[in-house]
Amino acid sequence: MMPRRTGYEGVALVAPFTVPYERYSIRNAQWFAAQALRGLLKEARLDKSQVDGISLSSFLLRPDTVVGLTQQLGLSPRWMDDVPTGGASGVMALRRAARAVQCGDANIIACIGADTNHVESFRQGLANFSSFARDATYPYGAGGPNSMFALITDNYMRQFGATRADFGRIAVSQRANAALNPNAMLRKPMSLDDYLRARPIADPIHLLDCVMPCAGAEAFLVMREERAEALSLPHVKLRGAIERHNAYAEDPVMIRGGWLRDRDELYAQAGISPDRLDVIHTYDDYPVIVLMQFEGLGLCELGGGPEFVRENTLTHDGTVPHNTSGGQLSAGQAGAAGGFLGLTETMRQLLGTAGERQVKDARWGLASGFGIVNFDRCVCTGAVVLESAP
Amino acid sequence: MTPPVFPRKNPVLRTQRMNLPPMGRGRVAHGLTRAAAVGDHLELQVCEECGAVQYPPHDACGTCLSPELDWRKQSPCGELLSVATLHHSNHLYFRERLPWRIGVVRLDTGPTVIAFLTESVVPPRAAGGAERTRVQVLLRLDRAGQAVLVAQPIEELNMDLKDKLQMETGCSPRGRKILVTDGKTAVGQAIVHALLDAGADTVWVGFSEPWKRGEEIARLRDVPGVEAVALDLTDARSVAALGGELGGKVDIVVSNAEVHRTESISSRPGTDIARAEMEVNYFGLLRLAQAFGPALKGRAADGPGHAVAWVNLLSVFALSNLPSQGTFSASKAAAWSLSQGLRAEMLPHGIRVLNVFPGPIDDEWNQNVPPPKLSAGALAGAMVRALTDGVEDLYPGEVAQEWFARWKDNHKALERELVAGGL
Repeated sequence: MMPRRTGYEGVALVAPFTVPYERYSIRNAQWFAAQALRGLLKEARLDKSQVDGISLSSFLLRPDTVVGLTQQLGLSPRWMDDVPTGGASGVMALRRAARAVQCGDANIIACIGADTNHVESFRQGLANFSSFARDATYPYGAGGPNSMFALITDNYMRQFGATRADFGRIAVSQRANAALNPNAMLRKPMSLDDYLRARPIADPIHLLDCVMPCAGAEAFLVMREERAEALSLPHVKLRGAIERHNAYAEDPVMIRGGWLRDRDELYAQAGISPDRLDVIHTYDDYPVIVLMQFEGLGLCELGGGPEFVRENTLTHDGTVPHNTSGGQLSAGQAGAAGGFLGLTETMRQLLGTAGERQVKDARWGLASGFGIVNFDRCVCTGAVVLESAP
Repeated sequence: MTPPVFPRKNPVLRTQRMNLPPMGRGRVAHGLTRAAAVGDHLELQVCEECGAVQYPPHDACGTCLSPELDWRKQSPCGELLSVATLHHSNHLYFRERLPWRIGVVRLDTGPTVIAFLTESVVPPRAAGGAERTRVQVLLRLDRAGQAVLVAQPIEELNMDLKDKLQMETGCSPRGRKILVTDGKTAVGQAIVHALLDAGADTVWVGFSEPWKRGEEIARLRDVPGVEAVALDLTDARSVAALGGELGGKVDIVVSNAEVHRTESISSRPGTDIARAEMEVNYFGLLRLAQAFGPALKGRAADGPGHAVAWVNLLSVFALSNLPSQGTFSASKAAAWSLSQGLRAEMLPHGIRVLNVFPGPIDDEWNQNVPPPKLSAGALAGAMVRALTDGVEDLYPGEVAQEWFARWKDNHKALERELVAGGL
């Protein structure tokens, strides 16, 4: 029998920090990463020399990697990581950092997702996003992720009877949440009718199914609980974490993600069942994958997503508080920082610092990630369960 | 008089520039290009160890990691699982031609592909069950000359000539204005008729010595849509003059003029025959390309009936020299090489270069070559089909097909076999 995986006991997350989003920026990704680190240090009242580990996720940092940032930012870490998984990068950065602090390879690790957005950068990133994309998807209309998720959405709707209104419930409730998030890019009230009347982009994907690319950064610190306590830093606890890549490759069109394979272990680590969760943050760069995450993470059965969103309210004060920052659909997608957005917002909810959108008595939170449309679907999935410290 | 297929151009409007589809492909993915270039059916990589069919193109088997992946013909049949209609694109070529329909097709051989859908493909109604939507996946070259997959209903034999994907991947003569450089030969006459039968709007036919009032001109004079023009490919001024007159109007150039003598190296002293062959077969093509190439390139997006293709009549003896027609073979090899340069200049402007490599044609110059020989009509018919399908290398007839196969298999074996005589 294989030994059970070591748990995540003793790992604390500290100082969720957001570099405010901008639709376009003439600054580069390095600038946003630097401001994220500066913000973390300020929040946690730390000196730069105390950070001995750094994890970075960015699409547009080239020609640099995290290596270049050490010189640029004057760091001398003894642990570093560069996580290239976009929407899954926050979860994966956290998992790796957690092991490093558990083992003592590093004491304080800054996990940063940072990207810029120039007028041309999104388009330029598409043609060579991956070799499979270059050879087998981009030449078919160059629709980018919109077109792949349109195909996935079309199939999901037919397979499970989902309607556009089901997807609309997700987008509309997130817009309502965004109204209470001063940092959200899109805060104008949106009705279900607005959603349904939006122009088609890659039918069945319409304008309000799509995120708005922007510039910005999300970041947090990972350290052992004793250290957070010694430094008198408010923190939340990592209680479970999973990741899985290229799961269910046999499904000809994606109907489920890797969460389904590992979720039992996730909840076993945390010692809870999904109904105990007080707040949920899914990766939402199209509503259909929110449904796949609800299903994959055990909030409902496979194919039960449409029914689930019809029966629940998803605003911060609803029956299932979900993407309370507004998610990427309303807050914006700051490149790889989009993979951190759910994590920083979960931390704020569990720390009780979410302001007007605070979920009452939030103790258990879940953040999931989903990243990299390599060919016809997203390959990387992951999720973490966090718990507030008493 | 039938109305033109494409509306007359408004001369006040700016001529649109050609924006090409995405050019990027990895080296391995050009396995598709190789098959699409000769109009083959779907070919995909098959693992020689475990038999798994791969897509997208792989560097190693996705199942057993073997590096031994072989491109093989595959059943093009599959089931359409999902459809999206793109109303937005990040690429100018697609943006100028919205909307586009794409779909997910699960091939019967296993892999899942993303393909364009012809207008006749009906989206699947219910999930699974009885109402499966069966399609066939075709390999075509897009306007950038890159291979793309197109799904059409399984029962359809040919793509509708008016379908956008046919228009964008094919080079049909329908509605087009075409120059055929030599109308005097049987092949030239057959090409003119085949183009007209395929719906060509106008065919200008070159005659190098029109004042001789040959019977070949007389035969075409009363054919609607045909115009005889003076064109002597050995005379730079003649070629330039016609280029100046027609360059801005021609949508397809068919370079079929050739001088063909059946001499080996030692059968006749001197170089006069070889020079005469080169003068037309090689320098003639060069003059023609210089006179007509620039205008053709500039009109690749000039409305729906835009300039679209350049056709070269080469010879399968360009691949390997037929000793008994040694100087002719060499002139065709020179023309072949030049045609590749021409393709390299035309492709970035969206103009297809179709090279036709026939075996011996059933004409007076191949009198002593034993059958099978390709009739002028069969050659012309194959050329029009290849244009319609957007193919870029055509080996019409049994001899050409066999030569191409032998040459691909082992070009040194072909050389040795030709020493022994015969074809």
